Amino acid sequence: MSKQLEIKNLSVTVETTEILKDLSLTLPRGEVHAIMGPNGTGKSTLAKALAGHPDYEITSGEVLLDGENILEMEVDERARAGLFMAFQYPSEIPGVSIANFLRAAKQARLAEGEDLDATGFYKTLYEKMDMLHIDRKFTSRAINEGFSGGEKKRNEILQMAMLEPKYAIMDETDSGLDIDALRIVSEGVNKLRGPECGILLITHYQRILEYIVPDHVHVMWNGRIVKSGGKDLAIELENKGYDWIKEEFAEPAAKA
Amino acid sequence: MKTANGLADQEIFDAHLASQSASGAPEWWLDLKRESWRRFRKLPMPMRKDENWRFASLGGVKLDGYELGDSSPPEIADKEVLKRSENVRQRAGRLVFSNDRLMDSEAISEEWAKKGVIWLPLEQAVREHEDLLRKHFMAQPIKLGSEKFSELHGALCSAGSFLYVPKGVEVDLPLVAFHWTDRNNAALFPHTLLIADDMAKVTLVDFFSAHDRSSRNFICGVNDLYAGPGARVTYISAQDWGRDSLAFHLNSTQAFKDAFITSLNVNVGGRQARNESHSQVLGEGAHTQMQSLTVATGKQEFDQRTLQTHFKGRSVSDLLYKNALLDDARTIFSGLIKVEEDAQQTDAYQTNRNLLLSPTAESNSLPGLEILANDVKCSHGATSGQIDDEQLHYMRARGIPEPVAKQLLVFGFFEDILGKLENEEIAENLRTLIRSQF
Ligand SMILES: Nc1ncnc2c1ncn2[C@@H]1O[C@H](COP(=O)(O)OP(=O)(O)O)[C@@H](O)[C@H]1O
Ligand SMILES: [Mg+2]
Repeated sequence: MSKQLEIKNLSVTVETTEILKDLSLTLPRGEVHAIMGPNGTGKSTLAKALAGHPDYEITSGEVLLDGENILEMEVDERARAGLFMAFQYPSEIPGVSIANFLRAAKQARLAEGEDLDATGFYKTLYEKMDMLHIDRKFTSRAINEGFSGGEKKRNEILQMAMLEPKYAIMDETDSGLDIDALRIVSEGVNKLRGPECGILLITHYQRILEYIVPDHVHVMWNGRIVKSGGKDLAIELENKGYDWIKEEFAEPAAKA
Repeated sequence: MKTANGLADQEIFDAHLASQSASGAPEWWLDLKRESWRRFRKLPMPMRKDENWRFASLGGVKLDGYELGDSSPPEIADKEVLKRSENVRQRAGRLVFSNDRLMDSEAISEEWAKKGVIWLPLEQAVREHEDLLRKHFMAQPIKLGSEKFSELHGALCSAGSFLYVPKGVEVDLPLVAFHWTDRNNAALFPHTLLIADDMAKVTLVDFFSAHDRSSRNFICGVNDLYAGPGARVTYISAQDWGRDSLAFHLNSTQAFKDAFITSLNVNVGGRQARNESHSQVLGEGAHTQMQSLTVATGKQEFDQRTLQTHFKGRSVSDLLYKNALLDDARTIFSGLIKVEEDAQQTDAYQTNRNLLLSPTAESNSLPGLEILANDVKCSHGATSGQIDDEQLHYMRARGIPEPVAKQLLVFGFFEDILGKLENEEIAENLRTLIRSQF
């Protein structure tokens, strides 16, 4: 069994429009891959389709997590199988505290009849919160309710740290962060980096890649991966902008 | 004694009066009861055309087939009842009733008794505090449709708590009353009278509960709250009557100058349960919060009628009624804000939120405003909606199974109220009650 997340020939349709077109990508555990691309190109669609959002219809393809097809699984099963999605726009959930939410998520990962060790849970939670410079007062706050943009993103990383996924997809975790927050978030991610975790870092800007140095960079345009390379590709993109990609990979104009 | 026509039978009243008299109730009290009984008999049962009963299932509003709760001894041993009445450990005093009989009276702690706080079973208060009782007992107008049942309560009630907190005294632990029933067909008339004088501060909690979840009972409870100038009063009730019961809980609240009153009703019990709540702002600067949380399951009907009257200005009334509906349950919320001409600079809010967890559940909302002053801020709103799909997805994306995620969202729906309660032990009790419905 190969320890990798394999996306094979994935096509995804949203409300009758095909957004992802025959996209393939392999993320081995232990590696960090960046996906870059202009707005509207389908990056979030990829992330949401992988997580199993009901609005995203998979018309063909496979996604194998350590050899197991996750497209057959419910949203929560995928998560328990080891997939984590850091949302670009995390939901606000009034009345559900971060602590209760994470306890439920941890409990769901235990065998039936087994109870979460509350003391150990809080100990770990506080450790991770300290690492991410999140005030401990946040444990009793409702998830994301009234959080600033940066607080929401840090909260996503906190959840990732607590749930210890095998594969994490981070959708524009850098957007809306000031430089200090970006540094804190990046440090957090770097600590989670390791042989047991593969990270797919979706970003519009190269900036975060100065902090979280990727093993590979993929360029996405118009629902496809059009170019892949090492970390230097990100710098090239930053310098040249996305226009050259658009020109180089434009589909031939539809003939009348 | 079960009679042909049930609670409207003269024999029932005669027997009650005789037992009251035998237990030493004063003549003025018996007279009050006779008057109430006379008015009760004259008033008609609610009728379909009555605006106050719109949407209510009148077919279930019947008085027959019940007997007075205290007509025979309770079946469940005292010790067991008391054990079940231990859920609020941090308290200043406790009263426990079963089938309208007093089971236990835990006097108020010495510390507050010395300061003049009175905490007594109603029957004892009637004998010992005639002035206060005459002035306050059922002295508030009932306007929301249950006039007849209110008179029945006046005629037949004997069990309940009386709480008086003198000027400037702050009781920082809650007073707790339990009303149990362990007998099918028992009719109960629990009463709560809370009087907080100027600048006093107090919290009172009522627990209403049937030992047997399927119990059939008739309940008509009244709770009256009086907050003198600057007083701070918190009243909480948790209603968990048997699922074949008809329950009325009638509240009236008076808030004088700069008083602050919070009342919270948590409802999960009954087959058909009606809450009427009338909040009167009688002094400038007063603030009343009227809150209610309901979990409606099966074929339950919860009928909520509210009135916020502002007689004086610079005052606030803030109503928030939240219902979670499952199965084939129904809720009715009908609320009116009335701002009198003199009550300038009033803020009055009324919100009813219904969370529909089943396609066959039904919520009805009838919000209303009647504003005679011109410088006011008033709003009313009612929403009915389902669980938010994006929130559900977010939780599931963390590995939480759908049923658990839904439950967390439903509990979360109530947290904006429960999370703000000052007393964590009481909040936790209410959470447990709500959770046990799922
Ligand atoms: N839920 C949706 N409903 C309708 N269109 C959508 C939805 N999600 C994405 N799209 C469309 O799919 C395309 C790709 O969007 P997205 O995946 O968000 O791009 P990116 O994340 O790269 O900016 C856009 O044209 C967008 O309008
Ligand atoms: Mg996006």
